[in-house]
Order: sequence, then C-alpha cells, then structure tokens
Amino acid sequence: MTIPRHFDKDIDELKHLLLRMGAMVEDAMARSIKALLERDSALAEEVIANDDEIDRMEVLIDQKTIELIAKMQPAASDLRFVATIMKITPELERIADLAQDVCERAIELNREPLLRPLVSLPQLAYDAQAMVRDALNAFVRGDADLARRVITQDDNVDALTESSFRSLLTYMLEDARNISSAIRLTFIGKYFERMADGATNICEMVVYLVEGKMIKHTATIAAVK
Amino acid sequence: MTDAKISVSNFDFYYGTAKVLHGINLDIPDRKVTALIGPSGCGKSTFIRSINRMNDIIPEARASGTILIDGQDVYGGSADVVELRRRVGMVFQKSNPFPKSIYDNVAYGLRIGGMRNKRQLDEIIERSLTRAALWHEVKDRLHASALALSGGQQQRLCIARALAVDPEVVLMDEPASALDPIATSKIEELIYELKDNYTIVIVTHNMQQAARVSDRTAFFMLGRVIEYAETNEIFMNPQEKMTEDYVTGRFG
Repeated sequence: MTIPRHFDKDIDELKHLLLRMGAMVEDAMARSIKALLERDSALAEEVIANDDEIDRMEVLIDQKTIELIAKMQPAASDLRFVATIMKITPELERIADLAQDVCERAIELNREPLLRPLVSLPQLAYDAQAMVRDALNAFVRGDADLARRVITQDDNVDALTESSFRSLLTYMLEDARNISSAIRLTFIGKYFERMADGATNICEMVVYLVEGKMIKHTATIAAVK
Repeated sequence: MTDAKISVSNFDFYYGTAKVLHGINLDIPDRKVTALIGPSGCGKSTFIRSINRMNDIIPEARASGTILIDGQDVYGGSADVVELRRRVGMVFQKSNPFPKSIYDNVAYGLRIGGMRNKRQLDEIIERSLTRAALWHEVKDRLHASALALSGGQQQRLCIARALAVDPEVVLMDEPASALDPIATSKIEELIYELKDNYTIVIVTHNMQQAARVSDRTAFFMLGRVIEYAETNEIFMNPQEKMTEDYVTGRFG
C-alpha cells in the first residue's frame, strides 16, 4: 500500500522553485545574447539589474532545502533529489552571473567601434544556451539519456571557444586598435564556455538523481587509478 | 562473503503450519554491525531469535535450512544450545534486569557457568560494565538494586550482562526503542564501540538508527529478504522498488 506523504508537497514546491529559477536564468542568458548581438546596452542593463532577483531565489531555495533535510531526513531517491537541488542551484546562479558578465562586456563593446564579424561567437552562445535549456529539461523529466547527450556536446562548445579565440587573435595581430574589443570578445567566449560547463555539471547531477551513479570526474579518476 | 561470521542458507521458519520465513540467505560479516529493517510482522525478530535458537521455547516452532556460525550448524544434531547462547548474547527491546543487585545481574551468567572466584568475578564485572559504558555511573553502588537504575542504564546493564560471558555475537532486538534520545545515543555510541570485538545484529524500526550504526542492512518484507547491501547503498541508492518505498516512507 502506498502512503500519501506530506513530504511530496515539500519536494514539489522545491522542484517548482528550482524551475522558476531555471526559467529566470534561461531568460537572462537569452537576453544577454540579444544585447550582445544587437548592441543593445539598455537591454544589457536590464539583465544586470535582474540578477539580484536570481540571487534571492538561490537563497530561498537553499533555506527550503536545509529545512527539508532538518525536518524529514530524506533517504534514497528523496535524498538524491535534495542533494541534486543543492548542487544545481549554485550552478544556475553562476550561469546567471556569467550572463551578467556578458552584458557588462557588451556595454563596454558598444562604446567601441564595431569589430566585424563576431565569427563563431554567436554559434557558441546559441549552443551554450541550448545546453542549459536541455539540462533543465533533463532535470524536469528525470531523463538521464538526455543528460548524457548534453554532456557530450560540451566538447563542441570547447572547440567553438577555441576557434573564436583564434579568429580574435588574428584580428589583434592585424591591427592593434582591435585589441581592446577582441579581448572583451575573448572573455565573452569564455563566459559562454563556462555556462556550458554549468549545464554539464547539472546533467551529471541529473544522472545521479535518476541512477544513483556519480559520473563526475569519472574519466579523470579512472586515469589516476 | 569471505569473512562471514554467520552464514544463513535457505532458512525457513514455521509457527505450526504458518510459514513466517521463506528461504533466507544472508551472510553476516564478522565484527561489523548488521541491521535488519522492515515493517512489523516481516519476520526480522523471528529471524534474529533463530540465530541463538530463542524460538525453540515456542511450541510448534520449526526451522529448516542452515544457520552456520563459524561453519558450525546451530540447528545441527550435536549443537549445544546452552553453549550457543553463551556465544550469541541477546539484548531485548524492554530492558529486563533481574530483581537483584547490579553486581549480581552481571555475575549471573558467570556463576551459572561455575565461576566462584571473587577476584575473577570482580574483574570481569568491571570490564563488562566498562565496555557497556556504565561503570562510571554505577561503580559506587554495585550492590544497589538494578531496578533503581534509569531505563537507559538498565539497558546498558543488560548489555553488560550479555558481554560478561564473553560472547562472539550480540543480537539486539530494538535495543533503544523504549529509550529517550540521550539514552538512545549512548546505546548507539556503545554499539559503535562494541563492533571492534563483537559481531552485532540489530533489529530496529528506526531507520535513521540503522543508517547511523550499521555497516550492512537487510530489508525484510513478508518473511523474505528483499535487499541486503552496504547500509550506504540501502539509504542512498537501493536497487529494489520495495526497499525504496520503505526507506522513503511511502510504504507501510
């Protein structure tokens, strides 16, 4: 016989809060890309201003999670769920911070002459965005296969980051006046690459949530052994 | 398991015609704590009482299959039940000190075993009470009645009494369920200390207690072992749906 649990309500509430935070982070990321590509400083300012709300959300989720541990002492899949929330929340917060960083660099770029083209940077941004979106979908659906597919895309994003950096280096070598903008764009490439890393970390936790397996650093650990 | 102290195979148990344990297979490791969990009536108490044949006194109780302790079948024809119960001590849910002094309670098993030497008795009684983490609380009133002790102290006295006859295995059937949180944590600390020297099997309804004190956990349900694994596995990532439902409180 299955007993209805008061606990399930707490779990649902926590899940709901995390998804709301996820939506806010996706939105910040999308708008940071738009602000960058359309040279929209006003939009960039908005993203920066909204970051406080995401930070508050993180604190709220942390509080709820700790309360739940104190009161319910979760076990098995409940325990893995709570651990996953605690690991995913800071990843989301960091992705939002990086979107904010993109916006800060975008505002600076808008004060400088346009450096065309942005080469692989837009593709990099869209791919990182897709990874974050899919990571959240994998979490909502408890889909470990999707999580694993997202993780494999990280190499692609790393390659795009490297390729973007090489093109920007060429611009810098061609004309020293490009250096300032090219360095800002190099930073931005790195920011998106870090967001994709965040998506990868989220996906590793989704696999843990669903299967109870820690796949983080398994390649490195195997190499050391 | 290579270092099994107790090795159970195809063990069935009946009360009259009612079969209450079905084909139990369980290897209980030496000098570790093994917890038995499961809903009321799942057979875990019957099982733990089978290990030292406490069920023998119930009329029409019958066992089949084998329980080996160090390779010897406890239900074998040549098994000596008195010696078995010396090697396999037991502590119950409700502390059951005899209406005697603290000293005489701990000395009881030793005297039955024929020990009369006062100095030897004193020595073993001090050691047993120390191991049961009770010595410092009672050393000045060893000849006071055991019934004057608090519930938690009485339970530790029963543990000291079990340890006095130098057992190898200690069975505990819900040893802390009638105690307050402080007394409970003392018993849990004690279990942790004792496992260096004894093989401990504990039945508990308190899942957090099983998680805290045990190395391995067996989940019983309707007279069967549903899952038996490292305690961490049972509480973090159980493989069976029934175990999952039980440890998360979805199932009763």
